Amino acid sequence: MSKYLVDKFLYSVDRDPELTERYREDPVELVAWWEANLAGSLLNCIPAEQTTWLAFTDEERRALAEHDHVALFGMGAHPFLTLTLFIALFERDHGPMEYQLAYARALDHVTQPYPDIAT
Amino acid sequence: MAEVCAVVASTHHPFYYKTSTMPEAERPPFAAEWIAKIESFRETLTAARPDVLVMVGSDHFHQLWLDNMPQFLVGKAPFFDANWHNEEREFGLPRMRLTGQEELAAHLLRDGLDRDFDLAFSNELRIDHSITCPIITLRPEADLPIVPVYTNIFAPPLPQPRRFVALGRAIREMVESWESDLRVAIIGTGHLSLELGGPRQFGPTGPDPVFDRKAVDWIASGDIEGCLAEVSLDSLHAPGNATHGFMDFMLMMGAAGDGVPADFVETVDLFHTMEAYFTWYPGGRVPGRAEETS
Repeated sequence: MSKYLVDKFLYSVDRDPELTERYREDPVELVAWWEANLAGSLLNCIPAEQTTWLAFTDEERRALAEHDHVALFGMGAHPFLTLTLFIALFERDHGPMEYQLAYARALDHVTQPYPDIAT
Repeated sequence: MAEVCAVVASTHHPFYYKTSTMPEAERPPFAAEWIAKIESFRETLTAARPDVLVMVGSDHFHQLWLDNMPQFLVGKAPFFDANWHNEEREFGLPRMRLTGQEELAAHLLRDGLDRDFDLAFSNELRIDHSITCPIITLRPEADLPIVPVYTNIFAPPLPQPRRFVALGRAIREMVESWESDLRVAIIGTGHLSLELGGPRQFGPTGPDPVFDRKAVDWIASGDIEGCLAEVSLDSLHAPGNATHGFMDFMLMMGAAGDGVPADFVETVDLFHTMEAYFTWYPGGRVPGRAEETS
């Protein structure tokens, strides 16, 4: 499991408007491109100093490529990161608060304790 | 020595700016009450006539990231740019630039380290809505120099609640030992019960109104021991998955003092959170009005 890398994906795509739009339009392409090009990118480091060992599991790749926020929650992805990015992706297609409430309803089956988000 | 002229604790709802600046006819039904209460709250800071603001908040994965995560961090820089792309996008927050008070920041870092708080520091910090929201509500002129203090309430493992209280007590003492004639307000923001990205988010009230009432009582009465007896890193999951932000309120209780009741207490029930606002005047007096207890 690479919870940290899932969080890193959500974090880096959320903060870059171009990546946010690419993730909305073609998530399969963006997830593959991001894993190949940005997964190992370390802040303030030249490309030769990229991290060498970070990779998604198949299930993480699938959940990200399918915009599956319920699966991401189950894996312990940081809920704030997922929510913030998914609001950016999908709120625009819905009425006020409609998307946020549907997002919560999709998680109705979840009971406490929630999945551990520690990385 | 510097004087602590007010200790102020608040929630930091990112939609206040948007709600209070949209045309009146378009505002939601709860706006009028919310704005009126914020304006009363703002007067409590204005009355204290601060020169400098120590601003306690929490970076929401903006500048601070999991590759290099400090637990407590002091910003020491001449200026702080503020608000981030995703806060402009989601909340409509404006870009801001605040002035820093580097002498007080240096004093907090030196004194804090000597008191066994291994404080991290940043000389180039872009601050987020945990600090700009209280600037917008309490000092919209944004004309006073600040010292930002960030806490980690967000990325486990987190410091224990008692550590937040201890840091709050220390910040109060450290400000009071700063060799300066300036008047300092210590302002911090956190959350009551809060759920984000989980099944209880955006309900008709905060996710745990019972916790919220209890929390407001702890803060309003300065009941640090009662609060510490019930609150743990584990227990804070139950009221809502983002409720660890309550520990910044606990820090502010430490700054206000054990058993010291707040001089101003106000709450607003919004559709998915309870907002809460507290001001303490050291000595229980509105500064400059020695005859009058507030």
